Amino acid sequence: MKIGKHSWLFNNGVFVQSSATVSGPKEKLGPLGDTYDYSFDNLYCNEKTWEKAEKALIEKAINLCIGKTNIRKDAIDLFIGGDLLNQIVTTSYVARDLPTPYLGVFGACSTSMEALAIAGALVDSGNSHNVLAGTSSHYATAERQYRFPTEYGGQKPDTQTSTATGAGCVLVNNEQSDIQVEGATIGQAIDYGATDPLDLGSAMAPAAANTIVQHMEDFNRQPDYYDLILTGDLSSVGTPIFKKMTEQSGYDLEEIHRDCGLMIYHSNQKVFAGASGCASSALVTFGYVMQQLKDKKVNNVLVVATGALLNPTIVQQKESIPCIAHGVVLKRADAS
Amino acid sequence: MITKDNYKNDIKKYQPKPKLLKNCIKAFIIGGLICVIGQALTVCYMNIFDMTTKQAGNPTVTTLILISSLMTGLGIYDKLGQFAGAGASVPVTGFANSITSAALEHKSEGIVLGISTNMFKLAGSVIVFGVVAAYVVGLIRYSIQQFF
Repeated sequence: MKIGKHSWLFNNGVFVQSSATVSGPKEKLGPLGDTYDYSFDNLYCNEKTWEKAEKALIEKAINLCIGKTNIRKDAIDLFIGGDLLNQIVTTSYVARDLPTPYLGVFGACSTSMEALAIAGALVDSGNSHNVLAGTSSHYATAERQYRFPTEYGGQKPDTQTSTATGAGCVLVNNEQSDIQVEGATIGQAIDYGATDPLDLGSAMAPAAANTIVQHMEDFNRQPDYYDLILTGDLSSVGTPIFKKMTEQSGYDLEEIHRDCGLMIYHSNQKVFAGASGCASSALVTFGYVMQQLKDKKVNNVLVVATGALLNPTIVQQKESIPCIAHGVVLKRADAS
Repeated sequence: MITKDNYKNDIKKYQPKPKLLKNCIKAFIIGGLICVIGQALTVCYMNIFDMTTKQAGNPTVTTLILISSLMTGLGIYDKLGQFAGAGASVPVTGFANSITSAALEHKSEGIVLGISTNMFKLAGSVIVFGVVAAYVVGLIRYSIQQFF
């Protein structure tokens, strides 16, 4: 059901049946290392190429996610997913091996919540029963496509983020469980004229602020309704800008906001401004947040995954970077 | 106040400032060190193989390229580059790193369309500007010799 201007309320009940996260070796050493279902001990994930490694991440996450339930693979009505690579090739090649209809989506690093929002809408409307949503990113594949060869010795600025290696997956349907997907706010593509692809935190902050403010208005809520508000990968540069912008709009998030990009690595892990990539929000949401909800440590969580919709060619043509943020509300089904 | 119209300026105070002086000093030290190694190699070639300064030039450059390429393959040069910045990218070792890293990166797409096509992806601009600059300087030198 449409609520407010840009939001959906899933009033027939959409529930999380299971979720799974798979990480790379560096993420395993981070603060959330224990929350991942599986971690590869090498960046190649025992494969020959980086692209195959990324595919191994999401495949593993899908298998783990389905394995936690009694649902058979061929009983899944739809797989929705995307990644950072051209033509979302990783997800499509994984879908090739699934006996499941497939919708590929691209929202850059906001793909996790874009996929989950669409999954929620389709389950809520009754068009699908079991829907699997997932996403992945890999440090080396993203680095190669968006920036430089991984072994290139150019100096990176402190504003740059480091693509997280990992994949996250979630299975939703309309059968009662602990965790409910209550609704979603779909973001607009927002462009404040930022042009630096090595400072995406600054570029994405306005999009995140826009979606959160819109969410609060649409649902007629205040930030303190939530126990936790997460943003995807605003990094240490974008986070203060984002907080200032929401404060300007009359919403103080200081106490309850955290950025997934700042949760994945320790500060001494040499990742510059923090983690980024589809896996940033996916690893935190589909692992840590789900566990917190299950353990009743939090009741209401708003996850706003942020994405920079750039491509290297168009940035070199001096175009500015449009950004997007999609929010999804996860709550304990027994919470009021 | 952060506004859309003046966004780039409004957010300046939130962005980390590049550490110019620190970076310059590190670049000077590491870049200088690479040149010292090069000089030592030249002296070695001159003394051991009885070469002139001019003759020792090519083997010196080749040795530096070999060392840099090996360091790139072993995953050391990118760390050196992050530390030293221009100090690691301006000398010939940086040029070798840009070629080797691109070649390594595209190994998975095959020898012809992967390695060969892509290895000059980063170094290509250096070659183009090197050739053009040499041509222009040559022209100027020729005109000066002709007319003065």
